[in-house]
Amino acid sequence: MDFESIEIRWHGRGGQGAKTAALLLADVCFKTGAYVQGFPEYGPERMGAPITAFNRISKKEIRVHSNIYTPDLVVVVDETLLEAVDVTSGLKEDGSIIINTPSSPEEIRPKLGGYKGKVYTVDARRISEEALGKYFPNSPMLAAAVAVSRVMDKHEFIREMKASYEHKFAKKPEVIEGNMKALSMTFEALGA
Amino acid sequence: MSMKDRMSGNEAVAYAIRQIDPDVMPAFPITPSTEIPQMVSTYIANGQMNTEFIPVESEHSSMSATIGAEAAGARSLTATSSCGLALMWEELLVAASDRMPCVMAVVNRTLSGPININCDHTDAMGARDTGWIQIYAENNQEAYDNFIQAYPIAEDKRVHLPVMICQDGFITSHAVENIILNEDPDVKEFVGEYDPEEYLLNPGKPIAIGPYAISSYVMEARKAQEEAMENAKTVIKEVAKRYREKFGRGYEFFEEYRTEDAEYIMIIMGSAAGTAKQAADDLREKGIKAGVLKLRVFRPFPASEIADAVKNAKAIAIMDRCESYNGHGGPLSSEVRAGLYESGSSVRALCYTYGLGGRDFTVECVYGVFDELQEMMKDNKKFKQHRYIGLRTREPEVG
Repeated sequence: MDFESIEIRWHGRGGQGAKTAALLLADVCFKTGAYVQGFPEYGPERMGAPITAFNRISKKEIRVHSNIYTPDLVVVVDETLLEAVDVTSGLKEDGSIIINTPSSPEEIRPKLGGYKGKVYTVDARRISEEALGKYFPNSPMLAAAVAVSRVMDKHEFIREMKASYEHKFAKKPEVIEGNMKALSMTFEALGA
Repeated sequence: MSMKDRMSGNEAVAYAIRQIDPDVMPAFPITPSTEIPQMVSTYIANGQMNTEFIPVESEHSSMSATIGAEAAGARSLTATSSCGLALMWEELLVAASDRMPCVMAVVNRTLSGPININCDHTDAMGARDTGWIQIYAENNQEAYDNFIQAYPIAEDKRVHLPVMICQDGFITSHAVENIILNEDPDVKEFVGEYDPEEYLLNPGKPIAIGPYAISSYVMEARKAQEEAMENAKTVIKEVAKRYREKFGRGYEFFEEYRTEDAEYIMIIMGSAAGTAKQAADDLREKGIKAGVLKLRVFRPFPASEIADAVKNAKAIAIMDRCESYNGHGGPLSSEVRAGLYESGSSVRALCYTYGLGGRDFTVECVYGVFDELQEMMKDNKKFKQHRYIGLRTREPEVG
């Protein structure tokens, strides 16, 4: 990463894996030698309820233990949250937002409360269903977060994720290939 | 040797427990400490440690079984949070008065009501007068390092008291952060074998533990306990020194961050201390001489040491992550000010309640506290002394 630090806020719904994606991002960035923080905000946890998770990635030791209010990047794992949560709250004007939707950035921008920064969209459902045969949006959204933030090199990310999936799915090796395909399809879709 | 890794605070404590490999762990799950017994059970199931895990039906039983195992001569521990700690209350006093050197991982969470699962220090502060040593951590690294120091403190013959190793629920227990881990053999060597001089399962030297005492003896027993707690101050320092020599990371009763020339000092415990240190750096850049005293050891309480550390400040803020309902601040505030009085200090102090039930404590909250300290000193203004920071509406300055 060619910058000092980055703060990322994830918006998802309980059960979609936004928390897991934040913890995985911390995990994979750690491998680059960075200081990392990945944590969820815990409320009444239930399937479908809006949840928030956070990442701080930095070249310097991270001491702050609070939520993130002025993120550099926001990742929205569920498009329906745009109507329920102020996802661009505090998002820096020179930052970015990534939304899981089949719509284009131009179609989505009017729903972002006048946000003027960069808008990216990823059709994580299409990618996930094509690559995995099931809808797990967190792998595509994790790849999108890395592609847009440039928090680490694409090839290093792919390599580390392969190792991570091989460890995590040691007893289910059939899902490794699909997840890897979801990652590379996302990079392709974003032209990264 | 050491290893760079990343893990949550709960993982860090479970990792330390695996490395120490104690004899017995009775536990009952409760958010947010549940992962600790869960991970330890996994280590045991995988054959990575030899601890006897006892699934019990409540925290009253987990502490009772911990005491029983410890009395039998086994190195024992448990983990809990919030209402779990509250349910142990009777046994906490038994553990300390029977001089059981057991250890407990406490993952701090509030108590009802309103019912809430998030962090504050209401649980451990409710147990502050039970006779346990209490050590608090800022992050996963400190939770890990403190845990490894717990048995050498508890089992020292001059102490023989139980130890609580506290960390903030969710804020550090569930946050993945960088950590430096020690090698297994080094941890085993540092903690050493447990060799109790007296224990129940010793047919050659029968003893009774926890018998009835008539009034002619109770006070002497309590006085001995109080002396053991005083001795703990020496032992905590010795163990920390040995830890620094072996692993390179040093600890004191408290960390003094930029306090030497500070005009304004915040006294705070736990994860919020890191946020406070960042804010102090920001304020220093604006020319405000801010410092932070992060308290690590709450029992025994280093009253005169704190008074000495803040003696040159113009004003201090004492931060309590719980409420005492005494009208003038929480337990940390009361104890710090008692120490100031004893030392003859007249430094002005504001006592803050913050972060209850997981209310986020931000760098802006810290700026707010230092603002108020400066405002108070401007014309030596009369200020409402017990204050809340981080409420939905800010309190009036003067009350």
